[in-house]
Amino acid sequence: MSTVKKLAKKTNGLSAMIIPLIALGLLIIFNLIRDPGFFSVETKLNNSGDMVLAGNLISIINGASELAILAMGMTLVTAACGGQDISVGAAAAIAGSVFVRIIRGASVVTGGTVVLAFLACCVVAMIFGAFNGTLVSVFKIQPMIATLILYTCGRSIAYWINGGATPTISSPITGAIGSFIPGLPIPTPVIIVAVMFILFSLAFRFTTLGLYTQTVGINQSAARLNGINTTLIKLLSFIILGICVSVAGCIGVCRLQLINHETLLLDIEMDTILAVAIGGNSLGGGKFKIGGSIIGAYVIQMLTITLYAMKVASTDVKAYKAIVIVILVVIGSPVVKRWFAKVMANIRTSRQQRAAVKEGA
Amino acid sequence: MTVLNKSLNQKHREPLTDTQFLMTITICIFVVMYLLAMLLLGGGFLRAQQIFDLLNDNAPLIIVACGLTVVMIGGGIDISVGGVTSLVVMSCVLYLNNSGNLFVSMLLALGIGLAFGVVHGLLVSYLEIQPFIVTLAGMFFARGMTTILSVNPQKLAHEGANALRATKIEIPWLGYVSPKNNALIPARLELGVLVALLCVIVIFLLLKYTRLGRNFYALGGNQQSALMLGINVKRTRFTTYLISGLLSGIAGFIFMMHTGAGNATNAAGAEMNAIASSIIGGTLLTGGVGNVIGTFFGTLTLTTIKKIVVASGLKDPWWQSITTGAMLMFFIVLQSIVLSRRGKKKSPRNIKG
Repeated sequence: MSTVKKLAKKTNGLSAMIIPLIALGLLIIFNLIRDPGFFSVETKLNNSGDMVLAGNLISIINGASELAILAMGMTLVTAACGGQDISVGAAAAIAGSVFVRIIRGASVVTGGTVVLAFLACCVVAMIFGAFNGTLVSVFKIQPMIATLILYTCGRSIAYWINGGATPTISSPITGAIGSFIPGLPIPTPVIIVAVMFILFSLAFRFTTLGLYTQTVGINQSAARLNGINTTLIKLLSFIILGICVSVAGCIGVCRLQLINHETLLLDIEMDTILAVAIGGNSLGGGKFKIGGSIIGAYVIQMLTITLYAMKVASTDVKAYKAIVIVILVVIGSPVVKRWFAKVMANIRTSRQQRAAVKEGA
Repeated sequence: MTVLNKSLNQKHREPLTDTQFLMTITICIFVVMYLLAMLLLGGGFLRAQQIFDLLNDNAPLIIVACGLTVVMIGGGIDISVGGVTSLVVMSCVLYLNNSGNLFVSMLLALGIGLAFGVVHGLLVSYLEIQPFIVTLAGMFFARGMTTILSVNPQKLAHEGANALRATKIEIPWLGYVSPKNNALIPARLELGVLVALLCVIVIFLLLKYTRLGRNFYALGGNQQSALMLGINVKRTRFTTYLISGLLSGIAGFIFMMHTGAGNATNAAGAEMNAIASSIIGGTLLTGGVGNVIGTFFGTLTLTTIKKIVVASGLKDPWWQSITTGAMLMFFIVLQSIVLSRRGKKKSPRNIKG
């Protein structure tokens, strides 16, 4: 009996991750049946004459980079505040505009300039994150409402930074950040995602950030009575999201080598929240798994690429995406889970009864 | 004796509820803002047509925001409203252009809205899925279906519908004399505005005087208590989404009557505008607090500020959204401060404070 309980406990811990993993598996199987060569990875020469990896798999992993980075920060905000930041796309446009403005302001673009520009846009994004965080933690406004302010006016602020133009940048360094570092066959955004994930893991491993965030999310009053500064934790989660936003914004800018404040990471806030939800995290806060959110981001991107490969027009993708999302959340909904558990328990008891009858006979 | 007097006095001066208080602030600010615009900017603001235009342009938004207010009072959220509106517009235009019947197209609009409401309600209340995700999927589906129906803008070419579109209520005594040719231009009000006002009144009465309406507040205020009171929580929540879907359908039809064309970008951002209107009108996203009259004035405030920005000479496109953002922030922070102060006054020893 105790082993059963232990097993149940283990599966409970896993159940948060099971939905994104099942979704990922189903998508992979579906694609393999549809086109066995869908995931084949090949090497080819790119424009600058380097051998790089190419193929659908690479474009999925590469394309989901911004989403994955934002999903990491969003998971933290969701866990701490029980709400979501809907201004990440607008904030990324602001960060990208600052990045472009500083790079264009320099006469010669060196590595130092790019680092300086990144740091500057990081600071700006953190300030906007702190603005959202202050509204949420000090004024106790719901995150979605508080970030609605920046969602409304963020892209206009980005427009204003570069005077309404859509300036381009042309530098080999920013080009390398957006595509490939010469000599490395892996796309740079993928490496950045890996670095961010390692940084997050180290932060959770060696600091109390993860534990405190969960505690605040599960029960704020209890957390405060235990001496945790809940205001600070919430503020911190938004500032960390600000860093993620600036990284995602810079990748987005470097990919295209220009900033279009209207279309940079458009509608990404919805996809980010979706990634967090598909990753098995409760949108009401509390326990969280950053790995789940990252898998969620890859699920979304794989779905999009699959639909593109099936010759669905880019404007129509949303409708099919919606159907898949509904199927996923219905499978993951508490009611269906309970029903499934009941059915499984019934099967088990009936089997035991049958075995008992047989033994008796 | 004095104690008795005190208690009697207190009974007579019942404090405003949160809903009424926030709504009063919004209405006052709207009136003051409009009066200032009349005094300082003059011009169009002195004409009655300005208010009528405000209503003509925003009748669909008012209807959608009413539905959203109901959902928000019930403690949920519906971000699919803009997408549903756009889908209704596109499908009605296509149906009418294929020699459809005007009456059937109205039913089509209501049907699409209801279908979305039913699906959202089922998924949210009976399968206990987070409303944000469900309605996000609804928004994606509606927007995607709109482009599947037609990527290109479709112009309404149905005689009956265009005749109905052209029908406007003309009020001569509120009109003004055109400076060009001295002809009297009467003030024009579209029929959609009447529908919008009707929706506001019906929802107001529903929320205030029916058992169902009071149940919405109970559900949004505290779900556990509502359950203890014997309210059918699931069915009540289902109803909120049903109302929101139905109103989105109506809003779609009114939108078509106003613009006369189906376009994939119709009602873009309507969901966020509707949420903003509800918030300015004093609805709390946490549920249990809100009023459609407030939402109505919230919509007007939100759209008036944009007109004022343009009229005062700030024509660069970024000013509108920056001022909207600043105004939103003002209202949101104000609400937060007001509510926390009132909360403290009511229960000084409350730990949550």
